Amino acid sequence: MAISKVVTGSAAACSGVQSGMTLMLGGFGLCGIPECSIAELVRLEVNDLTCISNNAGVDDFGLGLLLQKRQIRKMISSYVGENDEFERQMLSGELEVDLIPQGSLAERCRAGGAGIPAFYTPAGFGTEVAEGKEVRKFNGKPHILESALTADFAFVKAWKGDTAGNLVYKATARNFNPMMAMAGKITIAEVEELVPEGTLNPNEIHTPGIFVQRIFKGEGYEKRIEQRTVRPRQTESNA
Amino acid sequence: MLDKNGIAKRIAQEVRNGWYVNLGIGIPTLVANYIPDGMEVEFQSENGILGMGPFPLEGDEDADLINAGKQTITAMPGAVYFDSATSFAMIRGQHVQLTVLGAMEVAQNGDIANWKIPGKMVKGMGGAMDLVASAENIIVAMMHTNRAGQSKLLEACSLPLTGVGCVKRVVTNLAVLDIREGAFHLVERAPGVTVEEIVAATAGTLVVPDDVPEMQIS
Repeated sequence: MAISKVVTGSAAACSGVQSGMTLMLGGFGLCGIPECSIAELVRLEVNDLTCISNNAGVDDFGLGLLLQKRQIRKMISSYVGENDEFERQMLSGELEVDLIPQGSLAERCRAGGAGIPAFYTPAGFGTEVAEGKEVRKFNGKPHILESALTADFAFVKAWKGDTAGNLVYKATARNFNPMMAMAGKITIAEVEELVPEGTLNPNEIHTPGIFVQRIFKGEGYEKRIEQRTVRPRQTESNA
Repeated sequence: MLDKNGIAKRIAQEVRNGWYVNLGIGIPTLVANYIPDGMEVEFQSENGILGMGPFPLEGDEDADLINAGKQTITAMPGAVYFDSATSFAMIRGQHVQLTVLGAMEVAQNGDIANWKIPGKMVKGMGGAMDLVASAENIIVAMMHTNRAGQSKLLEACSLPLTGVGCVKRVVTNLAVLDIREGAFHLVERAPGVTVEEIVAATAGTLVVPDDVPEMQIS
């Protein structure tokens, strides 16, 4: 019988999260972010957090909610636009920010989960990202040494999950979630649909349940769209 | 002189059948609109899709389906979704044949600066550093001069670098230029633009051949 990872909801899932911890949060922009866990972190009033996340949300959604309450001490991200409160805290020195190339961020999380302490990448060579980092040439091309990232808790969002913690993501909401699931000492998955073990096709699972310690069915997803871009509908007659 | 769509049209002529292409935010995104019908090309967006399609019809937008600019998009038949580590494996591993991106400055040695202006809000480099460090074929799409009228094609970049010695070709509103042997080489003039105007708008070393054809843009 599979090991059950099910907890009752976001409150039970976030048990043990404390001030000063390092957290990973999946998502790209507002796509595929763990909405319910973020709401619970706001409610818990934990602060002095180091948050590893590709982006920092917008003013009133995503990680912006934690920034509003000054719960974050340091952000490790690749891109942090679209957030006025973030800018204010960064410029005033209240918030520490470590910007790293997106591919290096993804690979550092993957490495952290895969037991690889560091790796060489060409990204950032010759730029300020390379400052203080070891440089080594492979096949005549310079690379910089980047270290793995891990977290006390990783929060990920999936489309479907089963009681064993196996996860399936939808479309581009996958993004950083699979690597962060691997890199959390405790990984909390929130899902839109929670199904019994044996329901998901084992051929089609994206994140194996071994990487997930707690899973719960999220409620009330807002799934906000950052840039709504559409083509107008035209009927055949006026096309 | 070309507008942004003209620059995109000219860059679309560089795309070859069977290529996987990554388009950056801004002018590069427009390149997708000018790929000839029937050409087999797939667009990669580094947040995790290969086979990106046009914007959705009104009412069909899906919060779970966006591009790297966080815009709602669609997926073409044969599309695939993947995680960020796999996405950058495609980029770093040189499985993507062409990268098109914008720039604030390009230097005659191929250096590019496009992510940070000291003293202004720093938003981050996103995937740009990974893209320029690994892509074999990088085309920069940009205006020839900045809003203050200063050349963006320089002897050396003044802004913090995104990557070193990586840009091979630049397409601007005035010209197509190649970068090799530490200099810009004028390849084509935009319609109605003279060689003298291009020389005047280029701060870096510019090599001008005897014959500089005008771009052929429909």
